[in-house]
Amino acid sequence: MNPGLAAEIAQLTLEHLTLVLVSMAIAIAVAVPAGILITRCAAWRPWVLGFANVMQTIPSLALFGFLIPVPLIGGIGKRTAIVALVLYALLPILRNTMVGILGVDAAVRESAVAMGMTGRQLLWRVEMPLAARTILAGIRVATVTTIGTATIAAAIGGGGLGVFIFRGIASVDATQILAGAVPAACIALAADGALGLLERRWRQ
Amino acid sequence: MSAVVEFRAASYRIGAREILKSLTLSVEAGETLVLLGRSGSGKTTALKMVNGLLFPSAGEVLVDGTATTAWEPVRLKRRIGYVIQEIGLFPHYTVAENVGVVPRLENWDAPRIRTRVDMLLRQVGLDPEQFAARYPAQLSGGQRQRVGVARALAADPSVLLFDEPFGAVDPVTRLDLQKQFLALRRDLGKTAIFVTHDVREALMLASRIALLRDGALELLATPRQFLDATGVEARAFLACLDWKVGQASGLSQDPQ
Repeated sequence: MNPGLAAEIAQLTLEHLTLVLVSMAIAIAVAVPAGILITRCAAWRPWVLGFANVMQTIPSLALFGFLIPVPLIGGIGKRTAIVALVLYALLPILRNTMVGILGVDAAVRESAVAMGMTGRQLLWRVEMPLAARTILAGIRVATVTTIGTATIAAAIGGGGLGVFIFRGIASVDATQILAGAVPAACIALAADGALGLLERRWRQ
Repeated sequence: MSAVVEFRAASYRIGAREILKSLTLSVEAGETLVLLGRSGSGKTTALKMVNGLLFPSAGEVLVDGTATTAWEPVRLKRRIGYVIQEIGLFPHYTVAENVGVVPRLENWDAPRIRTRVDMLLRQVGLDPEQFAARYPAQLSGGQRQRVGVARALAADPSVLLFDEPFGAVDPVTRLDLQKQFLALRRDLGKTAIFVTHDVREALMLASRIALLRDGALELLATPRQFLDATGVEARAFLACLDWKVGQASGLSQDPQ
C-alpha cells in the first residue's frame, strides 16, 4: 500500500468516526427524552413514532438528496450529512426507550408510586435503570446502522470513508472501494462488539 | 380511641359503573380492619383511596383527620405503608436497598438507614447477614413477601395497607406469614387495613371485619360476631369454613 493511500485512509476514517459520534450524540440526546415523553403522554405516541418511522423508510441516498435544498439544515457538506444520520438513528433509540420503560412490571411501578416517589424519582431510580439494557440495545443498533449509512454522506460532500467508495465506483477501481468499505466494516464490528459487551455487563 | 382513617360516604365510579357505593367506615388506632369480599366487591378500590392512589368520586376519605385530597400526595404516601400481592420489589435493588427505599427518599443518613434495615429484617424473620445483599430474584415467594412487609414498615408509617399480600404463596408459607403478621401487630401496635377474600384469614387477623358486596358495606363485625352473622353474604363466606373431610364422598355416594 502506498503511503499516500494509508494517510488518506487514516484521515477519512477519522472524519467518518467524527460524523458517527456527533450524529449519535445528537440522536441520543433527542430520542431518549422523546422516548420518555411518549411514555408519559400516550397521545403523542403515534405522531412521534410515526415521524421516526417515516424517516426510516426514506431511502438513505434520497434523504441526503432531499436535504440539500432545505435552508439552515441543508446544503452541501457535513452539517447536512449529520442531520440525515440523526434522522436515521432516531427510531431504534426512540422505540427501545419507550418499550424499555413501558416494560417495567406494573407492580414495581405501583409500589414505587405508593411509596411516595415523585415522577422524577420513579423515572430515574426505577424506570431508567430497569430500561437501561433495552435502551442500550437500541443505541447499539442505531450506531451500527449509522456507521454504514455514513458512507453515503460523501455523496453530498460530507466526507468520511464514503469518499473512497464513490471515487472507486466512478473510476471502476476495486482497491478504492475496499479502502472505504473495509475500514467502515471494521468500525461497525468494533462498535457492535463494544456496545454488546456493555449491554451484557449491565446489572439487571 | 381515635379514627386514623375515616371513609365518609366515599364513592368511586368509572363511567356509569359504581365500584364503591357511599362507604362510611372508621378505622381506629391500633386495630386491624379487614375488608372482606368477593372479587369485584370494591375492597381494593377502598384500600387505594386511603393512600391517594385513587380519590373518591363523591364523599371523602380522611387520614389523621385530613382529607386525602388536601394532603400533599407524596407526604401522604410516605406516611402509609403498602404491601401488595405481587409485592413489587425493585429487581435492581438488593434486599437492604429495597427496605431502605422510603428512608432514602426521606434523606435519612446512611448509618441510620443501615441500623433500621437490619432491625426490620430481623423483625420479619430474615437474618440480615444472610439476606441483606441478595437480590429479589434470589428469594423464595415467602421471603420476598417478608421483604415487602419490612419495606412497608421502613419509615415507621402510621397506617399499613395490605392488598391480599399472602394470596400468591403456598398455604404452609401463608400460615407462617399470617403468624408473623400477628406477632408484628402485637409488637408494633400499628393500625392496618387488610384486604382479603379468604374468610379464614379475615377471622384470624381482624380486629373487625368489614364485609363488602357489590361496592356496598354489608356488615361490620368483630370476628366473633361475624361467626354468628345471619346475612346471606356472610353465610356464603362462612360456608367456606364448613366443608369437612368425607363430605365429598357423601355427595357422590352410589345408590346401590
